Amino acid sequence: MYQYDAIDAEMLADRVAEFREQAARRLAGDITEDQFKPIRLMNGLYLQLHAYMLRIAIPYGSLNPTQMRKLAEIGRVYDKGYGHLTTRTNLQFHWIKLRDAADILEHLASVDMHAIQTSGNCIRNVTADPYAGATADELDDPRVWSEAIRQWSTFHPEFSFLPRKFKIAVNASLADRVATRTHDIGLYLRRDENGALAFEVYVGGGLGRTPYIGPLIKRRLPVARLFSYLQAVLRVYNRHGKRDNPNKARIKILVATLGAEEFARQVEDEWEKIGPAGDLPDTELARIRGAFTPVAFASLPPRSEAFEAAKARDPSFARFARNNLRPHKRPGYSIVEVALKTIGETPGDITSEQMEAVADIAETWGANDIRVTHEQNLVLPHVKLDDLPAVHKALAKAGLASANSNLISDIIACPGLDYCALANARAINIAQDIAQTFADPDRAERIGELKIKISGCINACGHHHVAHVGILGVDKKGEEFYQLTLGGSAAEDAEVGKILGPALPGPKVAPAIDQLVEVYLRERNDGERFLDTYRRVGLAPFKEAVYADAH
Amino acid sequence: MPTLISWVDGRAELAEDPYTTVIDDEADIPPGDVIISLARFQLEGERLLGEGRKVGVRLAADQAVEDLAYDLPRIAVVALEFPAYRRGQAYSSATLLRERLGFKGQVRAVGDVLREQARFMVRCGFDAFEPADGSTPEQWTHVVGRFRHVYQTAADQVRPAYEERSAS
Repeated sequence: MYQYDAIDAEMLADRVAEFREQAARRLAGDITEDQFKPIRLMNGLYLQLHAYMLRIAIPYGSLNPTQMRKLAEIGRVYDKGYGHLTTRTNLQFHWIKLRDAADILEHLASVDMHAIQTSGNCIRNVTADPYAGATADELDDPRVWSEAIRQWSTFHPEFSFLPRKFKIAVNASLADRVATRTHDIGLYLRRDENGALAFEVYVGGGLGRTPYIGPLIKRRLPVARLFSYLQAVLRVYNRHGKRDNPNKARIKILVATLGAEEFARQVEDEWEKIGPAGDLPDTELARIRGAFTPVAFASLPPRSEAFEAAKARDPSFARFARNNLRPHKRPGYSIVEVALKTIGETPGDITSEQMEAVADIAETWGANDIRVTHEQNLVLPHVKLDDLPAVHKALAKAGLASANSNLISDIIACPGLDYCALANARAINIAQDIAQTFADPDRAERIGELKIKISGCINACGHHHVAHVGILGVDKKGEEFYQLTLGGSAAEDAEVGKILGPALPGPKVAPAIDQLVEVYLRERNDGERFLDTYRRVGLAPFKEAVYADAH
Repeated sequence: MPTLISWVDGRAELAEDPYTTVIDDEADIPPGDVIISLARFQLEGERLLGEGRKVGVRLAADQAVEDLAYDLPRIAVVALEFPAYRRGQAYSSATLLRERLGFKGQVRAVGDVLREQARFMVRCGFDAFEPADGSTPEQWTHVVGRFRHVYQTAADQVRPAYEERSAS
């Protein structure tokens, strides 16, 4: 976890004072809601259907137990006792009163947290691999780069009024758990032929109305030159991005219009003019690296008798172990996925009690480290195999031992029409229907990895374009319909899914998913995931099954 | 005539505006110092400067400051337009004027210029403002001074956090 110094803390204190003053002007009626809008939007405060929504930044998805307890407290005191985790690894409270907002920011600042740049046309919360520092397949710790980007982008004077919002992701592993190429800038850390660290830079990915997987703009960016390069990309975008139509204002449209090659040339030209003066000194990068407290790992044997015995004794633990554990770089340790996907609940919702339970577990057994994933789950990145039975028991007690990580009921869903003023249709109820349909855990395991993602409107907060099965809510003459897409992926094999056919009414969605699954089970070869089978056999058999009745 | 606030030695003050801004390219140019469009400057700048006047150029948000590069030494003011507060191209334009083109004259923010944007503007090198929200120099000084630190370098030459850290 990055340790704030006095400067970081004073930045937040000054921000709280600023917002307190701004909110007071609105509360006193000195400014109208319209005049207040640009101010609150810089603070992650949205006016939604029922109340203000406050979006709290969780930079690169990293939390410590103290921060988690503070979020629990805020949820209990200022909201309805729960929060909602988003695909940007932020936490949203949906029932906030304006008069409380500055106090909430002050609470957050007391634990080195904030809501800075969680909305507005600026550089948003940076996301990174939730397994950072724990997975064996990473080349470097992406949190160091993410924190440096967080600081560099905070109140950036030139880039706070961009044509549209701007999202950056950093991935330093071979596997991609960050949906890197769906970002405005996606950074893949790689080693070049001489062994030096370099970024592969992808620009112009994005979902929403026109989904793109970002093209490669620079193959080998020496890591020391990252910030001048980011500046060049942002400057070309700030100057030349479209601004007259918000639907065409993301950088992906500029990149697509110019073509990746011409865009890259313009960036290269600007980058040469900026030169190394735009870079962060190595000493500062080293300082940030040093401000991440290292985890004191124990030397353990790779096999844990306690873990093996518990698996043999307890089938529910064995199921959890099969589905929710990931290999750790250290022998005797495991990465634990905590799926916020209990059948019948709202994906990504977490109660204050559950936040406190996770904080306790992380403190007792998890090296004080908690991560949020873009799939709206939590991760305990460092748990000893020996402690897994106790961790499982404690998670189960809190209602958090859902053993469906990566399975069909591990669904991403945006808040949809239940909360959001932009939505065309509900998303949560569809997620719940599907989860109920596949509530049988044995069947879910037989089906294996299947990523379903639901968005309540074309803004695609639920990432439906890059789902194995994507579901998009549309409004047809006042009724909720859902368009299905197949074959998308947000991983290292990123791809935008293809539309299956005409949109379906809400009650037909879960049965249609069931039909898709049946086709997959019928067609699959050994070892194939749903996505692999789809890629091999194509759309036709799936389409046939779902729309057979219509013929 | 709009209020003009200028930024001098770390604080905002009310300023006399000696310039007449002529937005309409068809209108007659009055005597005295003027701010005119880029197109007009290209046509008439030579003559106006020859008359011994001070001349400023007003750039629309999508006009490139590079187009002025060779004329900058004889231009007194570059006025950069914000057609709406959220149209932020001028932050890049101001930055380039100061950092790349070495412009020493006045960089003036015009259009939808709001006090909550004061800090961003000052950091990018603006030193004169025509506020659209009736804000006062005191309010501008206050907004710019709200933060004790900055995380990144900018045209204002304020020492960024990483330099503060390495000095301590």
